[in-house]
Amino acid sequence: MAQTHAAIETTHPSDHPPGTHYFVPQPSLYPFILSGGMFLLALGFILFMNKFAAGSWIMLAGTGVILTVVVRWFGRIIHESQTGSYREWEDKSFRYGMIWFILSEVAFFAAFFGALFYVRNISVPDLLTMLPRHDFTLYPEYKDLLWPASGGGPKGIAFTPMGAWGIPAINTALLLSSGATITWAHWALLKNNRTQLNLGLFLTIALGVVFLGFQGYEYYHAYTELGLTMGAGVYGATFFMLTGFHGFHVTLGTIMLMVIYGRCLKGHFTANRHFAFEGVAWYWHFVDVVWLGLFIMVYWL
Amino acid sequence: MSHATTAPHETHHDAHYPGGIMRWLTTTNHKDIGSMYLTFALIMFFVGGAMILAVRAELFQPGLQLMQPEFFNQLIGIHALVMIFAALMPAATGFANWQIPLMIGAPDMALPRINNWGFWLLPPAAILLTLPFLLAVFGIGDGALNTGWTMYAPLSVQGGIGVDFAIFSIHILGISSILGSINVIVTIFNLRAPGMTMMKLPIFCWGWLITAFLLIATIPVLAGAVTMLLTDRHFGTHFFNAAGGGDPILFQHLFWFFGHPEVYILLLPVWGLMPHVLATFSRKPMYGYKAQVYSFIAIGLLSVVVWAHHFFTAGLPVPALLYFMYSTMAISLPLAVLFFCWIATMWKGAMSFETPMLFAQGFIIMFGVAGLTGLVLADVAADAQYHHSYFVIAHFHYALFAGGIMGVMTGVYYWLPKWTGYMYDEKLGKLHFWLTVISFNLTFMPQFFLGLAGMPRRIPDYALQFTEFNAISTVGAMILGFSQLIFAWNIWKCARGHANGLAPAEGRAWEGATGLEWELSSPPPHHSWEVQPDLRQPGA
Ligand code: HEM
Ligand SMILES: [Cu+2]
Repeated sequence: MAQTHAAIETTHPSDHPPGTHYFVPQPSLYPFILSGGMFLLALGFILFMNKFAAGSWIMLAGTGVILTVVVRWFGRIIHESQTGSYREWEDKSFRYGMIWFILSEVAFFAAFFGALFYVRNISVPDLLTMLPRHDFTLYPEYKDLLWPASGGGPKGIAFTPMGAWGIPAINTALLLSSGATITWAHWALLKNNRTQLNLGLFLTIALGVVFLGFQGYEYYHAYTELGLTMGAGVYGATFFMLTGFHGFHVTLGTIMLMVIYGRCLKGHFTANRHFAFEGVAWYWHFVDVVWLGLFIMVYWL
Repeated sequence: MSHATTAPHETHHDAHYPGGIMRWLTTTNHKDIGSMYLTFALIMFFVGGAMILAVRAELFQPGLQLMQPEFFNQLIGIHALVMIFAALMPAATGFANWQIPLMIGAPDMALPRINNWGFWLLPPAAILLTLPFLLAVFGIGDGALNTGWTMYAPLSVQGGIGVDFAIFSIHILGISSILGSINVIVTIFNLRAPGMTMMKLPIFCWGWLITAFLLIATIPVLAGAVTMLLTDRHFGTHFFNAAGGGDPILFQHLFWFFGHPEVYILLLPVWGLMPHVLATFSRKPMYGYKAQVYSFIAIGLLSVVVWAHHFFTAGLPVPALLYFMYSTMAISLPLAVLFFCWIATMWKGAMSFETPMLFAQGFIIMFGVAGLTGLVLADVAADAQYHHSYFVIAHFHYALFAGGIMGVMTGVYYWLPKWTGYMYDEKLGKLHFWLTVISFNLTFMPQFFLGLAGMPRRIPDYALQFTEFNAISTVGAMILGFSQLIFAWNIWKCARGHANGLAPAEGRAWEGATGLEWELSSPPPHHSWEVQPDLRQPGA
């Protein structure tokens, strides 16, 4: 494995030939505390949903623990990275790790897309026609109804489905351009053009935030004017579950982008070594692709 | 392994390691973490076992003896979840942690802190799963999950607080599995010794690799399913409610999309370790390495497209029934390849029957029973009769106890000398094996006949004609349960081998054992392969 970085070499007086020494971190209490925080959050949420007063306080405590540990843990990793603990070998581990993490996220979304496919193609048509060959239905008033209007189900509440060509189309444009701006920023990093890098990242974050703003407005509109709620049959259920989890991922991605932006402003990353930047960019592209799926399957078709 | 360094990685100075409990809370060492996984698995094995012994005691006679049906239902569901998620899976992850770095010549797992996190998520999840039992004692809620481990809607939509606890327990267990899987994949891809190509990878690592792929593909789907369950319960959605256009069967699809691959997730690590054991005690190279690797891959791929065989009777259209029947049966082809390779590995070998080899034999025979009865269940026409009967219970206990747990025991006895540095007590090991294998069959063989005769699963009371076989099964279960104390005692004894006057194990603890892990001392040094062994062909 070729050694490319003089800077790293100086912090590693090399009695190790490159590629023979793998960085195994010191013992750390972060994982244990993080698990404890997650326990509190889960416990609190369960109690909260079952109307125990203590629930929200326990949730709050859990969230506090989680945030504190996450900030410290990532701080530690950034410190290790800046002080040269990671070389190509470790870098590759992070890359593999991020790819497989994103794939697990893909599987998570697949569950909801699968549910959408199932209700649209199987359960709703079945309920509407029961036995197609015998032309028999329990719910005559639904017989010729097409998705999305039929998505309220036989006993569902009335609602207006969300159209595709208003805010969702704008949001598609926003996210697609944010995919372009982050690539633009990446090119800048490769050319060592820091101004373009920072600008590109800033634009990406801005587009992400505007996207979230629009989505917030869309939800408000759905609840107050369209009668479209989580309870609005399977249409409402799949709509809010898919767009909601996507929005949550955009939020996470935006926070990750902000961290990367802060690091760029501090002058972190070089043209050769910037896993964190690329990891976040991959994540952002993943969120982008999921949105395309949503736009087509949830809003458009 | 001579090793000298002055690099600023302070990981070499053992003086920096915290002692006592802090060692275990903070460790980033794959061996420590592996030991924690295995210990946790053993403890939970007894917790889950105690639950089911109570169930068997209730089933000793017809009529309600010891408990009310509500409590019975909680015990069976939590038993299954504990055994699958908190005993068998952590045991396999413990193996992965201990063995993969040793076998591929790596210094540690690739992401050590994530590794520690993966373990420490387990105790909170186990607490969440069992806490409702305790809460009910204090009058809070109505006990643990009472739907059986499959959590079918609509029952689970209507259930009490125990369902919520189970949902979040599953979420946390799932995160832990994903972290463990990522670690395994990254370690195998990135930390192999130079010259160890993928087709030279020890087959145990291949088994785990496929397991990890399956976990990453299916655990998130389960997470999605229980999330929909949660929103149906508390946030007014209608995923599993026909009134809003949803469908309870959707839950079954989602659950078994995870659930069927899960059975291979539980077994692939065992199929991976089996050839090593068979080769060692037959003193022959393993037969058909490539065929086995390709079979693993084939089984991995097939396992995600056969899920609906778990609900043939739910009212699927006929073409779907046929498809799921034939695809399920197709899995027995690569499975049969594995069986033939195992047998061929032993063929004309100089076999000896130490405890691991005994367990391996028990595994092969009884796991064969699981596969063959699986084929019976896969037949749509026959399954209408057997579904939801004790026949299914017997089938999957031959798969998961005789296949999974006894496979894990094979591995534990095989590697215990490597881990502890001492030879375990062979006499106790053999006693444990014979008690286990006899009482296991005593417990589960009658259940096949009960199922064939029509006894449904998941009931605390039954018709009089089922009495004798249930009594036999309960006696078997009691022996089976208590025999496992020998296992625990044997491990404990070996772990303190010095105090117990056991013989120290050599680096190559078994005469016929081959592979990198046996080239290290027993127990291996704190940092296994600080300098990677170089397996490249000279001159290549
Ligand atoms: C060729 C091999 C196999 C075939 C064809 C097969 C087929 C089946 C079928 C059709 C069922 C559903 C029966 C019913 O509910 O009516 C079933 C249940 C089950 N099988 Fe298998 N099986 C095979 C191997 C295995 C293996 C290797 C495992 C575990 C490692 C396993 C674990 C299970 C479990 C846990 C259940 C029942 C789960 C439940 O309902 O709670 N099977 N099997
Ligand atoms: Cu199955």
